[in-house]
Amino acid sequence: MSTAPGDGRRFRAAREYEWRRLEDILTTAEKKSVKALDDEDLLALPILYRGALSSLSVARETSLDLELVTYLEGLCARAYFFVYGVRTSPGSRFASFFARDWPLAVQSLWRETLVSLALTLIGAAAGYLLVTGDPDWYSSFVPPELAGGRDFSATTEFLENTLYDSPGANGLSFFATFLFTHNSQVAMLCFALGFAFGVPTLMLLIHNGAMLGGILALFGSRGLGAEMGGWLIIHGSTEMFAIILAGAAGFRIGWSVVFPGEETRLDAATKAGRTSALAMAGVVVMLALAGLLEGIGRQTILNDYTRYAIGIGMIVLWLAYFYLPRRREDG
Amino acid sequence: MADLAARRGLDAAKRRSLVTPEGVDLSLKLADVGQRVSAFLVDLLIMTAILIGVSLLLVAMVAATGLAGLEIGAIVWLLGFFILRNGYFILMEVGPRAATFGKRGAGLRVVARSGERLTADRVIARNMMREIEFYLPLSFLSYNAAEGAAGALTSLAGLAWTGIFLFFPMFNKDKMRVGDLLAGTWVISAPRKQLTFDLLNADTPKDRYSFTEAQLDVYGVYELQTLERVLRDGQGDAVATVAYTIRVKIGLADQQGDDYGFLLAYYDAIRARMERGLLFGKRREDKFDR
Repeated sequence: MSTAPGDGRRFRAAREYEWRRLEDILTTAEKKSVKALDDEDLLALPILYRGALSSLSVARETSLDLELVTYLEGLCARAYFFVYGVRTSPGSRFASFFARDWPLAVQSLWRETLVSLALTLIGAAAGYLLVTGDPDWYSSFVPPELAGGRDFSATTEFLENTLYDSPGANGLSFFATFLFTHNSQVAMLCFALGFAFGVPTLMLLIHNGAMLGGILALFGSRGLGAEMGGWLIIHGSTEMFAIILAGAAGFRIGWSVVFPGEETRLDAATKAGRTSALAMAGVVVMLALAGLLEGIGRQTILNDYTRYAIGIGMIVLWLAYFYLPRRREDG
Repeated sequence: MADLAARRGLDAAKRRSLVTPEGVDLSLKLADVGQRVSAFLVDLLIMTAILIGVSLLLVAMVAATGLAGLEIGAIVWLLGFFILRNGYFILMEVGPRAATFGKRGAGLRVVARSGERLTADRVIARNMMREIEFYLPLSFLSYNAAEGAAGALTSLAGLAWTGIFLFFPMFNKDKMRVGDLLAGTWVISAPRKQLTFDLLNADTPKDRYSFTEAQLDVYGVYELQTLERVLRDGQGDAVATVAYTIRVKIGLADQQGDDYGFLLAYYDAIRARMERGLLFGKRREDKFDR
């Protein structure tokens, strides 16, 4: 049986060199970076890619060599993702994140942000009123390990001291780091739980507000309300804003899954997921800042007015940054 | 036969078409749940190993510098833990191979469902959802262990609830995690295949065998490619079994010895015949295809 000694054989022998070259170029580019390729390889890449695609088409129709077809399928897929993956440098990606992507994502979440804010305020009001009415409520809003002795059995002097006493220069930045990582993890959970139709996010936000209200009620009852406000606002304006945004991002995905609107459920979920992921990346940045303000700023700045000024200044900055109209480049 | 058809159907169900701008369908193959789980376990092991390594290093550093280094050590550890937990997946999947070490090992990569570029927002979205898919069930589990009987019922309910997120990939045909759903991604299996050698080129004394047309018309493409796999693996007993089966089937049962050479010659002959058929538009899927 020596009939037409394998067209497949000649086909493969004639093109194998190009496939191997494409494979080598891809391996180099993936291992190191595009910059590791010389000009010749870079120019050859699209041509080799199209050559491989046409080989794949031919092989699928004429060759029964399974190894060859799977090899070409893998090679073409790899080359496709490389050739059509538009690569921007990490630097310019960062720049566009802060200049446009993040604020625009936050802007588009404005409805959910208002809902989050309202829930936090409701929680705070409820916490304040309940604790003022009956101090027994305090322990159910503020877990003892977080209160650190700040409860109704404490003396007024002790409470006042907690507002201005820094735990010494030692441990400041550790405290800041701890706050940042802890809060970020909670914020991410708050976001991710939005997928469960937003219900757990809602409960987390109200609980967070209630905790705030509870603490304010405690200090208010001793006539330390304004001082407590300063202690909270210096970092709290940034931190609470970040958590409200995380809740908003969570609500967005929960809402899109339940009410996809005109789009298919899958498309709506994807759109919401991408927008809120951008917002969430920024939330982590905000929480890092809040951690610095809380761990370092608050412990070194003991003046109430300065604390208020910084806290209010931060919120004004954030609002201006997010919501001042800006040009949309791609809509 | 039903089994064969089912296997074919399964393969087709795993394929997702992606037509390149050049008009060729890449027909990507989705990763199955087993591959994904094993890739994730490998990643988890790597993360744990890094965590232990860094912790030991920091302990050694603190031990060397005394109390002065304690705070810095603690900060580095906390930040490192945070970055490892949240950044490992994100940073690796943003890279050009769009896969963590575990995924690379299993031959997987993350791609956008639309075939577009995999952007950072997608990667962040799919990995932040691990918070409820993995860490939340895990925390319910450990809560259960720590709390004893008192909180057991609560945490059991919690576990059942979060189990919905954990097992989400098993209940949709695209094997998507919650994160994949929200990011518009899926994970495909694209292992790096080596191009070894063409069996048609292999040196064998093919002249020793000659087959009649009737003997060559017994099988179809599926059997041919199964035979190819057997030949490439070259497992002694598999080769012997297959050679015996084919010899019985084509009526050469009295022939003995040189199983591999026989199979190679037979493969060569039927592939040449079938590829010629392809050129005339004749493709026989398997032995039942007439």
